[in-house]
Amino acid sequence: MRKYFDSIQRIAGNVVTVRAPDVGYDELAIISTSRGDSLAQVIGIERQEVSLQVFAGSQGVSNNDRVRFLHRPMQVPFSEALFGRVFDGSARPRDGRGPVEGTPLDIGSPVINPVRRRMPDRMIATGIPMIDVFNTLVESQKLPIFSVAGEPYNELLARIGLQADADIIILGGMGLRHDDYLKFRNAFEEGGVLGRAILFIHTAADPVVECLMVPDLCLAVGEQLALQGKRVLVLLTDMTAFADALKEIAITMEQIPSNRGYPGDLYTQLAKRYEKAVDFDEAGSMTVLACVTMPGDDVTHPVPDNTGYITEGQFYLRNGRIEPFGSLSRLKQQVNGKTRDDHRAIMDACIQLYALCRESREKRDMGFEMSDWDRKLLKYGMLFERKIMDLSINIPLFDALDRCWRILADCFDPAETGIRRAISERHWPKGA
Amino acid sequence: MKGKIVSVFGSLVIAEMEGRVVQNSVGHCVRSDGTRLLSEVIRVRGQLADLQVFEETRGLRAGDDVEFGSEMLSVVLGPGLLGQIYDGLQNPLPQLAEQVGYFLKPGLYIHGLPTTIQWEFTPTARPGDIVSAGDTLGTVPEGIFTHRIMAPFRHREKLTVEKVVPAGRYTVEDEIAVLADAAGRNVSVSMQQTWPVKLALNVSRRRLMPTDPLVTRVRIIDSVFPIVRGGTYCIPGPFGAGKTVLQQIISRYAEIDVVVIAACGERAGEVVETLRDFPKIIDPRTGRSLMERTIIVCNTSAMPVAAREASVYTGATMAEYYRQMGLDVLLLADSTSRWAQAMRELSGRLEEIPGEEAFPAYLESRIAAFYERAGTIELADGRRGSLTIGGTVSPAGGNFEEPVTQGTLKVVGAFLGLSRGRSDARRFPAIDPLDSWSKYRGIIDPDKVARMRRLLAQGNDVRQMMTVVGEEGTSAEDFVVALKAEFFDQCILQQNAFDDVDGATPAERQRFMFEKACQIIDLELGQLDKSHLRELMVRAADLFRNWNYAAEGTEEYDRWLQEIDRFIADRGRPRP
Repeated sequence: MRKYFDSIQRIAGNVVTVRAPDVGYDELAIISTSRGDSLAQVIGIERQEVSLQVFAGSQGVSNNDRVRFLHRPMQVPFSEALFGRVFDGSARPRDGRGPVEGTPLDIGSPVINPVRRRMPDRMIATGIPMIDVFNTLVESQKLPIFSVAGEPYNELLARIGLQADADIIILGGMGLRHDDYLKFRNAFEEGGVLGRAILFIHTAADPVVECLMVPDLCLAVGEQLALQGKRVLVLLTDMTAFADALKEIAITMEQIPSNRGYPGDLYTQLAKRYEKAVDFDEAGSMTVLACVTMPGDDVTHPVPDNTGYITEGQFYLRNGRIEPFGSLSRLKQQVNGKTRDDHRAIMDACIQLYALCRESREKRDMGFEMSDWDRKLLKYGMLFERKIMDLSINIPLFDALDRCWRILADCFDPAETGIRRAISERHWPKGA
Repeated sequence: MKGKIVSVFGSLVIAEMEGRVVQNSVGHCVRSDGTRLLSEVIRVRGQLADLQVFEETRGLRAGDDVEFGSEMLSVVLGPGLLGQIYDGLQNPLPQLAEQVGYFLKPGLYIHGLPTTIQWEFTPTARPGDIVSAGDTLGTVPEGIFTHRIMAPFRHREKLTVEKVVPAGRYTVEDEIAVLADAAGRNVSVSMQQTWPVKLALNVSRRRLMPTDPLVTRVRIIDSVFPIVRGGTYCIPGPFGAGKTVLQQIISRYAEIDVVVIAACGERAGEVVETLRDFPKIIDPRTGRSLMERTIIVCNTSAMPVAAREASVYTGATMAEYYRQMGLDVLLLADSTSRWAQAMRELSGRLEEIPGEEAFPAYLESRIAAFYERAGTIELADGRRGSLTIGGTVSPAGGNFEEPVTQGTLKVVGAFLGLSRGRSDARRFPAIDPLDSWSKYRGIIDPDKVARMRRLLAQGNDVRQMMTVVGEEGTSAEDFVVALKAEFFDQCILQQNAFDDVDGATPAERQRFMFEKACQIIDLELGQLDKSHLRELMVRAADLFRNWNYAAEGTEEYDRWLQEIDRFIADRGRPRP
């Protein structure tokens, strides 16, 4: 028997309040309006009054439209048929093909027990020296790319998706421009990875509530695949759009805003998603790379700030380059001790020297006399930027390390690099 | 006592009830499928009780039952706590994993202590003895410690021992003694007892001044910004500056008996690292695995927010319990900002009037009360125990002018502020030597420390000036100061946490190093041009750093030390 409720009390923003008994928190409903059916989710219960966030938005909802409760949380069909497909934020196909049959999978699964996580220890090679040498990406890592509008962050994300060594790629697009969505699709098609990719796309033109569902859908599917032993890479872009959608709903629900209008639980909401990244004991793994655009290039903005505290490091993409300062992969220590004995020494020395080079540049720009030491640093900085930092460079890790030694030998004496003697003696290029 | 749910809003449930309800008592919300979700009463208004639910509230409905209890949220204390990995409500995570696999299951709770282990109990009290709360009734060996079974803390009056079981093997649930109060009522005592987490557990004669340096083997802490047993410190810092790594290092090397790690609202991966590594690391002081002295309370950021608020108290209570045995305990809370945010979330749900940055008005008093649970105490029998609390703070935007950092700075004894600038320049640990402070006395003569801190400040001034007037506009004296400050920074303050030798420096070696560094800094380098001066100090730093990497007692160590001594003797000029 289907039960309908039609006493809608309030329509505000994307939230609709209806009188209905026996409704569970966080469960799903279908609201039938003149514009058709839309999914809605319970986000508050007060006695008989149930608040629903309507996926398609509340435009066109009337106060005697009918609501039917499904008594289950949001689900996504799970099967092999998902590969190569594109869905929207309500998990409906958006590639013009038919719906997918599969086992229904609840989104927002319970928390992973930390004792069933294994220590991440497998490097994901990307061929980008600024990542592989200086901030190695590790399987199961959650890592944002902090950037600003106009930077090629989606291109970088797509490139990592194509080059990274993973079984399955899941792309979650939030607030994407339609051409960016097409770019991703084309890149995956041309790169030959579409057959092992699943796309959940919310474009800027779609209703804002659907944006909120995209990470959950991606992560629910990814988690299930990881449990089956697959090594999954989830790419999310742009998480700032997701946070803005959260803000919109929270304000509609009259929650007290904490910082620049964002709800007090922003940290928890973001953490719930990012923490799904996992390396399962005796099963597969899920790695999460997310783009976060920083409004006004301000890293202290609540979204990048909260993200930074949750994720295991961050890449800053600025002027088309991954910034050596601030960019950090917290898990790199798990893998870079086992690659080659000079990896860590090179990593530290090159960055420290580059920092000194920037100081010398400032001095030079202010018109001060350059000492011999300054001149060495300037030469080093120029070589380092050209041969290592450039994002178009695509070389394996060991080649990149050798290249760093060569640059150091071109510019400095071994003692000046700060690298301990035992290592520099072994690797210092001969005849330099 | 029962009630019915009327509202559900995030982790907050409002229930209608009749009869008596105790503020801060625990209750259960019963989902329609029978799952009982642990909750705590946090506000009572007329017939309405507001409860925070320690689980996801998905599926709860208006009309569902609520069962109210009368106990406050408590933890169980007794032998078997050491080596455990708990969630914020003291459920052992490995046992949960055994029962339900990869994911946590809402509504599944497991007793905090193993009930099947038989402990070798030796009675020390005898029938007829008069005991009061916290007095030892007997002991059991627990790993490297003698675990004291103590008279119940909640009975504050004198009790007479009626009966004690003979030495033998008992579980934590078996009765090991019967005590009688003045009215002749019998109190049955087992090896476990409960204590409400939000009340400080401190049964002692008096609190003492904490003066005993706590050696962490991190040079910038021990040598420059010391902490003491029974003291408090905080580590604020922006993300990526190395707060958690620093806490992990401290948890490994701190010269202390028991470490309680409260991972509060932080990354699960970091906890995994600790719980996979610790069993393998041998504590050189005891010869046993580090895990045997560690308790982990782990409420990661994805876990329900109400339990996060409770988790630091859970950790503090267990830490205080071991202090009652006369042990030195260290509680590491990472991060107190997440705990504060949990309070903020709940306060927002309760629609309380927000204070600064929407934090509740009681934020500062809660922070103060938490850090005040630290301290050195003198127990009734004259022994001493201490609890040191170290908390990390994750200020929004890395800006220390925010309520949690400021509230913390008012109440701690040492401030180890991490700076983005230092971490970007890979100067680890990124504790800012100019901003940080400590009110404690450490292992190095304070006058010498003050002198080095002045040098660092002067060096910084000179460097600032040099960015304006350039190297050529700087006098040779000033230039040398900058070089020497840099030398001290590189060789003493910076430490490579990932190197076995450099990563942890024992107190004795720190004193020796500090002495050597002072000797180099005190050298009169004479009239040389600036590039020569730089060359000299670069060489000194190179020698010193290589020495830092050499293990004591090795040939390498002696060789670098000789070179350093020769450098000092020759004032850096090689003999002709």
